[in-house]
Amino acid sequence: MFKKLLWIAPVIALAAVPAADAKTIKIGWVNTLTTPASIIGKQMKAAAEQAMDEIGHKMGGFDVKIIMEDDGVNPKTGKQKTEKLIKKDKVDILTGYIWSHVLAASAPVALKAGKIIISANAGYSAYAGKKCHKNFFNISWENSQTPMAMGELLNKKGVKSLYILSPNYAAGKDMANGVQRTFKGKIIGKDLTPWPSHSDWSAEFAKVKAAKPDGVFVFYPGGAGPKFFTQYKQSGLGKTTPLYSVFSIDGANLPLFQKAGLDNIVGTFMTQFWSPDLDNAQNKKFVAGFRKRNKGIYPAFYAAQAYDAVYLIKSAVEAVKGDMSNTDGLRAALEKADFPSIRGKFRYGRNHYPIQNFYSREVVIDKDGNWTVKNTGIVLADHETPHAKDCKL
Amino acid sequence: MNYVLLGEQFFNGFQLGIILFLMAAGLTLIFGIMDMVNLAHGTLYMFGGFFAATLAFWTGSFVWGIVLAIPVMMIAGVLLDLIVLRTLYERSHLDQVLATFGLILFFNELFLIVYGPEGMAFPLPKAVSGIATLPGGITVPEYRLVIIVLGLLVALGLYLLVAKTRVGMLIRAGASNREMIGALGINVKLLFTAVFGLGAVLAGFAGMIVTPITQAQSGMGEDPLILAFVVIVIGGIGSIRGAFVGAVITGIIDTMGRSFIDVGLLTFLDGEAAESAGPAISSMLIYILMAGILAFKPQGLFPPRGA
Repeated sequence: MFKKLLWIAPVIALAAVPAADAKTIKIGWVNTLTTPASIIGKQMKAAAEQAMDEIGHKMGGFDVKIIMEDDGVNPKTGKQKTEKLIKKDKVDILTGYIWSHVLAASAPVALKAGKIIISANAGYSAYAGKKCHKNFFNISWENSQTPMAMGELLNKKGVKSLYILSPNYAAGKDMANGVQRTFKGKIIGKDLTPWPSHSDWSAEFAKVKAAKPDGVFVFYPGGAGPKFFTQYKQSGLGKTTPLYSVFSIDGANLPLFQKAGLDNIVGTFMTQFWSPDLDNAQNKKFVAGFRKRNKGIYPAFYAAQAYDAVYLIKSAVEAVKGDMSNTDGLRAALEKADFPSIRGKFRYGRNHYPIQNFYSREVVIDKDGNWTVKNTGIVLADHETPHAKDCKL
Repeated sequence: MNYVLLGEQFFNGFQLGIILFLMAAGLTLIFGIMDMVNLAHGTLYMFGGFFAATLAFWTGSFVWGIVLAIPVMMIAGVLLDLIVLRTLYERSHLDQVLATFGLILFFNELFLIVYGPEGMAFPLPKAVSGIATLPGGITVPEYRLVIIVLGLLVALGLYLLVAKTRVGMLIRAGASNREMIGALGINVKLLFTAVFGLGAVLAGFAGMIVTPITQAQSGMGEDPLILAFVVIVIGGIGSIRGAFVGAVITGIIDTMGRSFIDVGLLTFLDGEAAESAGPAISSMLIYILMAGILAFKPQGLFPPRGA
């Protein structure tokens, strides 16, 4: 027994000494790595790793480490992991966060600890407006922008009546409200379904059939998309009623749709701030690199944001020469957003949300027979979230 | 009132009821006869989905996938019983809940590792992927009709098994008085293992036939499990007939609630309020129903005699 203890002592002593020297910059990243929704998290992780490899795991000459945690799509878990990253891992900056409701629970923890937090996906509307905070940044979009672009697109396409299907949680409501802001036709039906448990849309589809809309607007991200589109086809609506989606069809799930033979997806339209075929050097490097590292799969917009997040943080770290305690300097550098973005030009509004273009995208079949999305033109140019006017920064 | 819509929603509710019945039948047998709270019943549902999808993928045939997955489910159920659950029969309900909850976590993670977060899908056979028109202009996917027919056949088979055979007699006796059939010289352990295997096949079968619609995904069994518990409480624990009636009622009420409550609320609430209250009330509806039934019939609608 005593001999065993003798062995333990040096092990403890070793563990107590920091592994690397204190100058390693640590980025805390809250992601979703379990549950069916981890299809999103996997893409973001792959893109973050790609960006880190490209910069040699160094920013401004210092070693950089990403510490990734899993939120399990649960606000409580996300908050606990945020606390753990701040208190135990002593990270210098926080990013990640896929879900608006997880972000809503987690961001206050980070902001209270004086940390800068950059949402790499969740476009929670509150932080773009009334609750905007000097240390809160977003590198994706505000929830209502993409559906607002969709509303415009629907007007252009002459859709007169619309049925809305969306999950019943923070982002789902933001999406439904977003499209209603710009769509000029009539909303003839709207169902907010339980999230994330809902897996059978038969009742909702029967209502859509009875309402006979010109189009159906949907938001079913991550693992819900394949189920939804499968049933949409089975219900026969695929032949009669065109789908207009946001955040539901992307590089991550298109290969699955293709495998399942959901041909009614091809030719449908969506809106997005980015497209894999945007013509700029950083985007070309990103898309080619991502496909090479991931068996030819196209990156989804989630991945694009994660990739941008790493380069944005790098630009800020370089501006403060690695002094991560200089929060004011970091913030000033982030506001400048002087980094090569996959979107081409990138700039922040005073609420720290991007001001950017939104494109119409169509699902097409590429020259190798893979399903992907094609940019079919700008719908909203240099668009800022309507919540920005409520921000007092 | 739109009668076609009403008819379609009734059909959808009935179809949901059939799936719930398959889940609840096994659950009610295991709970009623073995006095075993098996939270991992949803895991068996997931087994069914993944086994059928995998076998359908290997054989290239949907029908073979299901036909082969049924004996695999039986084996999986019996193994689970022999390895894990048998030691739990004599323990308290709390121990059973903890142990079977552990099984859920274990298998969800395992399937996530093996199959990945996207799970597994298999397309419907062409023959049943169209749209069927029922009398009255009601149009429904053909495959959902197939589900109803299969479910009713299983219900009939189960009725014959329980009401007309010696095994069924033992099952009914077990539900009424476990100690007595043991005292009469019946090998209770063997009976329990057989019942568990049967329950596993039923839950697995539900998972199999639902997979072409919802896809096989890790964690797919948890929500039907909760509904199945509601069903057996409504129907009376240990009663197959109760499970059937309870499942159909639950399926129809749940679907009707989702379809018409927000419309009903709009007549006296404004749009915004009805929109947010609708989903909330409709998801509560079956629990309100359960509470209502328990207030008048604390043993459920069809309590097994002598229980």
